[in-house]
Amino acid sequence: MYLLTVATLVAIYAMLTLGLNTITGLAGQISLGHAAFFGVGAYTTAILTVRYGWPFWPALLAAVAAAAAVGALIGAAAIRVREDFLAITTMGVNFVVVSVFLYFPFFGGALGIGGIPGPRLLGHEVARPGFLALTVAGVLAALAVNLWLSRSWAGLALLALREDEEAARAAAVDVRKFKILAFTIGTGLAGLAGAFYASFLTFISAGDFGFPFSITVLCMLVFGGIGTNRGAIAGATVLGAAPELFRFLADYRMLTYGALLLVLMRFQPAGLLGDDSALWRALRRR
Amino acid sequence: MLVQQLVNGLTVGSLYALMALGLTMVYGVLRVLHIAHAAVFTLGAYGGLWTFAATGSFWLALLGAMAIAVAAGLAMERWVYWPLLAKPPIATLIASIGVFIALEEIYRIVAGPEPHSFSVPLRVRDVRLAGVLVTAPQVLVMAVTVALLVALWLFLTRTSLGLALRAVSQDREMAAACAMNVRRIVRLNFALGSALAGAAGMLVGVYYNSVSPTMGDVTAYKGLAIIVLGGLGSIPGTVLGALLIGIVETLFIGLVEFPFPRDAWAFLAMIAVFLLRPQGLLGR
Repeated sequence: MYLLTVATLVAIYAMLTLGLNTITGLAGQISLGHAAFFGVGAYTTAILTVRYGWPFWPALLAAVAAAAAVGALIGAAAIRVREDFLAITTMGVNFVVVSVFLYFPFFGGALGIGGIPGPRLLGHEVARPGFLALTVAGVLAALAVNLWLSRSWAGLALLALREDEEAARAAAVDVRKFKILAFTIGTGLAGLAGAFYASFLTFISAGDFGFPFSITVLCMLVFGGIGTNRGAIAGATVLGAAPELFRFLADYRMLTYGALLLVLMRFQPAGLLGDDSALWRALRRR
Repeated sequence: MLVQQLVNGLTVGSLYALMALGLTMVYGVLRVLHIAHAAVFTLGAYGGLWTFAATGSFWLALLGAMAIAVAAGLAMERWVYWPLLAKPPIATLIASIGVFIALEEIYRIVAGPEPHSFSVPLRVRDVRLAGVLVTAPQVLVMAVTVALLVALWLFLTRTSLGLALRAVSQDREMAAACAMNVRRIVRLNFALGSALAGAAGMLVGVYYNSVSPTMGDVTAYKGLAIIVLGGLGSIPGTVLGALLIGIVETLFIGLVEFPFPRDAWAFLAMIAVFLLRPQGLLGR
């Protein structure tokens, strides 16, 4: 039962890292505010189901749409700032969004929102094993979106944007349009993760979506191997399960976590399964 | 009332400036966001606390805080930043976050999770000018900040080493081509920036009478907001950004009815500046 909970959370993290991979891995735009969009999705689901009596499935679609809409808006505004400026702007957005959740009574304030119903399928409540299957389906959907994107013309444009923005612009790639596209898709996937998260935990509060969590998601992505979908999923799995794997370390858990990030970046900056990592090359050679 | 809030805001702002200057200087030479700088700041606070407990002298404690911070900064340059220089910036960013998390944990394990009080008997007195109260800790904070900033400014503009430092932060490769020892200048940057952060950590500890393992958290993200607000790599811009953030958040907390937290006001101010000036206040 406990294992199921961890596995479900790992699947939710994987949707988040896949979404961030669209923005940061594919399009090269560092975002330090991914948790904010996760929060928009979760709050949309919570408010629609609890307060307006919507069923889970339409609320899930609304969550994706709301997160993508906010993401498109932020993307459009953030186009004016570049690179490190963009990273810090997204961090600021995260703080402002969390404050809105925390201080506007509409979002439940400090008490958060509880009693969020689970999804129903064919007239039945979905139990825990079923929920895990649904979240895995969510991961596959996110993966499909990313694969489709990276194989389309837009994916090529995003890659060009990541490698050299000026050159892409010179080659008549509409840089602005594709940046907004990457933000919209990536934050939409975060909204999807948020919908699952809200109905899985049945209770959410603003603290779940803060800047530290954005950093955690980014660490998962880079740890696994930024720019690759397998890396996004591997990072979410390893670091998502890390609190359990490292349980025996007790008081030294966070210390080990920090040291692990440092050591991996120092010796394997491409991450665990990135294109240049030793592990991935060894796997490819066989 | 308004002037009183301005004084409080200026004090907070000058503490931010001391801390953020190191971030700017490191960004200037290496183009990396030095998240672990906040851990150097916290170490300075503990260094000051321990030196004060051992010697009972404020000035020796300040020196101790700066010394231990410099040692930490140089160690990070040696084992984290320089080896990662050729790697993609995101790898450096994550490594830096890792160092920050690990160090905060070490402080917690060594010094305990609870805050230590840091009360120093001050020889300065409260100053009262036309109804505005400047408390003794505020006088001290502002005096030390101004002294350190003037010293930094004189160093950067009046010495040849300062000139070399500015040259390296403008164009590292060109400076190397002009036979400058770039590595030495980078180390100097880390040493100076860390010394200022150590002083800031100790002053924050004295000002709020509290030193705790997580005191660097707020510093870590607000410092980033300040240096980008100032225009990344611009030293005057950083000081300006720090004072602006300090004043804006104090004024809004004190005068606006809406109960938004400090940080939200600071970041709203930052985003507002970016919408008007995407390159920051004094950016190129």
